[in-house]
Amino acid sequence: MTNTIETVENETVEKPPILIAHDVSKWFGKFQVLRNANLQVKTGEVVVIMGPSGSGKSTFIRTFNALEPYQEGRITIDGIPLTEDIQNIDQIRRDVGMVFQQFNLFPHLTVLENVTLAPIQVRKFTKPQADEIARQLLDRVGILEQAQKYPGKLSGGQQQRVAIARALAMEPKIMLFDEPTSSLDPEMVREVLDVMRSLAKSGMTMLVVTHEVGFAREVADRVVFMDAGQVIEDTTPAEFFTQPKEARSKLFLSQIL
Amino acid sequence: MNTKINVKPVRWVQKNLFNTPYNIVLTILCVWILWNIVSSLFSWLSQSEWTVISENLRLFLVGRFPEAQLWRMGAIALIPILIASTLVVRRSQTWNFVLIPVGLGAIAWLANGGFGLLLIRSSLWGGLFLTLFAAAISTALAFPLGLLLALGRRSELPVIRGISTIYIELVRGLPLIGILFMAQVMLPLVVPFRLDRLLRAILGLTFFNAAYLAENIRSGLQSLPSGQSEASRSLGLNSIQTLRFIILPQALRLVTPAIVGQFISLFKDTSLLALFALFELTGIARSILSQPQFLGRNGEVYLFIGLIYWIFCFGLSQFSKRLEVRSS
Repeated sequence: MTNTIETVENETVEKPPILIAHDVSKWFGKFQVLRNANLQVKTGEVVVIMGPSGSGKSTFIRTFNALEPYQEGRITIDGIPLTEDIQNIDQIRRDVGMVFQQFNLFPHLTVLENVTLAPIQVRKFTKPQADEIARQLLDRVGILEQAQKYPGKLSGGQQQRVAIARALAMEPKIMLFDEPTSSLDPEMVREVLDVMRSLAKSGMTMLVVTHEVGFAREVADRVVFMDAGQVIEDTTPAEFFTQPKEARSKLFLSQIL
Repeated sequence: MNTKINVKPVRWVQKNLFNTPYNIVLTILCVWILWNIVSSLFSWLSQSEWTVISENLRLFLVGRFPEAQLWRMGAIALIPILIASTLVVRRSQTWNFVLIPVGLGAIAWLANGGFGLLLIRSSLWGGLFLTLFAAAISTALAFPLGLLLALGRRSELPVIRGISTIYIELVRGLPLIGILFMAQVMLPLVVPFRLDRLLRAILGLTFFNAAYLAENIRSGLQSLPSGQSEASRSLGLNSIQTLRFIILPQALRLVTPAIVGQFISLFKDTSLLALFALFELTGIARSILSQPQFLGRNGEVYLFIGLIYWIFCFGLSQFSKRLEVRSS
């Protein structure tokens, strides 16, 4: 494990990683969810996090925009330390977009209003400016014609694409995806993965918790395998899927492949 | 065919009302009770004297308010209408914070007098207008207080949560009439300036209803999935923006029927103000009935004010039904 971190550091001499998580530990009451978890992500990288359920992978990425507090270790995002300082947290949340398993669109706002709310309130855009950006993004994820509808009228796949557009409207530096296709019907998984694929091609830094092996193989620069709150393996997809080093990775792969 | 239709009711009666000895007895008993009620109602109606209503109509509506100053009541009634229509047209939330306090201030000035207006003591206020006035002002005050208490009870700060919880549970554990008495007796002891008897009663109603409203609103806040605030926070909205744009619009919509129900009961509870020498609808009814020429006209008077209460409560509940249909 120390080897992989050193190689990553050697490769990025000129530019520090945009996301550094060092020895992060977290407890839910007495139960320890994260045990000295380490991760570094460079600008433009796509990192897929895999692991059995309960391994702490969702909790881990939720610490990166302070939706979950952590008790030990340190996290730095684009040079800003993620501490309890509320100003730092606000800045980091602006820079980090998040897509949830349950979409979490705002049901009382139209699709367009879902996308424009944060740009208007947080980035202080005028309504015409925000509308313009929102329309471009909705066009990019292929649902511009639904802009005036309420989220409840859309299919799961469409809702998740709106959620991606909503996060992108803040022009984040990093996008976090927390099992974005897990609550979708099978026929809708592809349309969401296609959007994520093109987002990765455009150079977005992405951290994706997913069980989609095909997506990981094709799009990811690295696969991070977590178990029992620890990062156990951090390697290329080719190596992870063909020659996993750790016994727990092998067991996991034998169950999902 | 023809005979069948004629026979049918008779058959139905035989089959359902006179089929067993037990049912025969029951049917006869019921008919006898009904006959007694209806016939005594008719005999009461035939002797009833409705002049008690027509001669006192002005008292029922506005009490002993000086006739030359009646325009002030119209102006007071106009202010909420003006504010509501401005808010509908402007649709801007910041106007809420300017218009509502200004409106309340103007109402207080018109109601009390001073600064160039004739002072009017609250004992001259009365009738339906006072009922509506007390209900509307307590509603306008209880809603923000209830909202703050609901948010306070969910606060992460233990002191605020503790104070809100104690307040809510204390008030909900006391009868309204007790709180109204306490407002009359205790408020003058703790407030450095003189509070009018009417104002004390309105504050009593406000304190009581705020606690119930807080619990209604809290149930709405609790029914929202945590993903809503998480999504909002992850977009960079701070906690106040999250509350204002994401949480409250959804939570309040969910509990609108419960909130309107609370306002309906507040409206009816204003009748208790009659116990504090205030001449709202019930109070004015009692004072009219104490006049010698109208002695014994209790039936007519209470039936009349009952009808007025019912019209307003029914109207409010229909309004709430329409809100429900529109939001779903």
